[in-house]
Amino acid sequence: MSVRVYDLAHSRAGDKGNTSNISVICYDARHWEFLERELTEERVADAFRHLAKGPVRRYPLRNLKAFNFVIENALAGGVTVSLAQDIHGKSYSNVMLAIELPDPK
Amino acid sequence: MRSKDTVRVGAGAGTSDDRLVPALELAERGDIDYLVFECLAERTVSRENLSRSKNPEQGYSPSLHARLRMVLPTCIRKGIRIVSNMGAANPLGGARAARKEAADLGLGDVAVAVVLGDDVSSLVKHRGDLRLIENGEPLESILPKMISANAYLGADVVCEALNTGAPIVLSGRVADPSLFLAPMMYEFGWAYDDLPKIAQGTAAGHLLECTASVTGGCFGWPDKKNVPDLARNGYPFADAKADGSIVIGKTPGSGGRLDVMTCTEQLIYEIHDPSAYITPDCVLDITGVTLTQEAADRVRVAHAKARPATPTYKVNVGYADGYIGEGEVSYGGIDAVARAKWAAEIVKERLKLQGFVYDDFRVDLIGMSSLHDQIESRPEPYEVRLGMAGRTLDRRAAHAIGFEVRAMHMHGPGRAGGACEPRVRDVLAVKSVLLPKSMVNAQVVVEGTP
Repeated sequence: MSVRVYDLAHSRAGDKGNTSNISVICYDARHWEFLERELTEERVADAFRHLAKGPVRRYPLRNLKAFNFVIENALAGGVTVSLAQDIHGKSYSNVMLAIELPDPK
Repeated sequence: MRSKDTVRVGAGAGTSDDRLVPALELAERGDIDYLVFECLAERTVSRENLSRSKNPEQGYSPSLHARLRMVLPTCIRKGIRIVSNMGAANPLGGARAARKEAADLGLGDVAVAVVLGDDVSSLVKHRGDLRLIENGEPLESILPKMISANAYLGADVVCEALNTGAPIVLSGRVADPSLFLAPMMYEFGWAYDDLPKIAQGTAAGHLLECTASVTGGCFGWPDKKNVPDLARNGYPFADAKADGSIVIGKTPGSGGRLDVMTCTEQLIYEIHDPSAYITPDCVLDITGVTLTQEAADRVRVAHAKARPATPTYKVNVGYADGYIGEGEVSYGGIDAVARAKWAAEIVKERLKLQGFVYDDFRVDLIGMSSLHDQIESRPEPYEVRLGMAGRTLDRRAAHAIGFEVRAMHMHGPGRAGGACEPRVRDVLAVKSVLLPKSMVNAQVVVEGTP
């Protein structure tokens, strides 16, 4: 059994230069510790390995029952030069939400 | 109704392409004191610099005309002051255009306080030794191609502009949150060493700078995150008090939602290290911020912290970096994906035969892999759109991509449909450097009589 990040959290992605910034925000604060344990920098780097060179840095924000992930070298050079359809990587939050984690129960 | 000791700062635009009407609704029904239009994306100033070089009267945001025409009568009548970076690469030209709009609307002589000094291109020309933040190389490496260099100015100079009493404040590049912080500093006399208040005002500015992002825009999800009446979502405002207390609200009667969930998404948005969000005004720390639903569509923001501002301004350097050429064509039905892939190979070979080379080249199967890649593990869709794009210094090479993709109608695998016209656009790349604040001469000039 597994859960997706999608089941426990919402997410938004933004950009600065060639760096993607993706928030993960728990619907229920009780899931924060589970995500702290399971949604590691390594797991996120693995989910984005085909899109981003990394590194991935995770910033915990317990006050907002959230995390902020900063993924470097993620946007094909950045919005001004990228050839991608989604130059800002705004749709990257959906890659985050699709990450599967072991069942918390 | 709101108490008299509150200053209400409204958000009227979060990008130059933002909707116009919600700003008018906010001015008419939102009981605001200030209306802030944030209209500059990373590349906008470079682009407007090119406009100005073709016509010295231009170079401000072209959306200035439509926005001011729409809101000025209400704002002037109600005494709502306008703050905006729509001056872009020509704030003085923008001021003249704004004053003409006001006169044409029968509003008389409307003064505009103009913020100048963000354009540091002549300054950095002699500072080729500055290091680019992105790759550590010297600025020298892009100086020959430089189109613009603009410092992200802070709230202090915008505050100075408000101090002139002019109904409109127009700037070029100013950091987004600073545009919202400035009216609070001006009204309450906050100084940069009132760090808890500067922190609260900066957090408020960050929450407002993308307008509808806190009112349900870019948020909804079917059956999971419902947003009522999303087609009519409203723009937000901040209620600030002298002690630094902040409550975020939105236009009464507008659609959308404003709650802890929407505010959390925007608060973290593009902030990178949440303990060190660097603005020209402070280094904001949101790691202790609390968001509390105080009433329907009202969220209280508390406990933002800040450290003193850094001694440098971030400067965006825009430069010409060749061209991007693009083409698209669709395949549907049996073996759609295989035919699209075959077409892509043919186009690549045609480009090679003509001797064109590209610094970067990309093939997308739109409907399968254009957003998140990993084509090998995606299910085959019924139809797919082939997108091909390349970046090059040779304009003909850029054009050839769209030309050859379109030629798949005639010369490719069986039955392509719906190719687009070949597309070529100039690449306006942006890199940044840090410039000591002491070198930058931010100043205010008033057009007209306040």
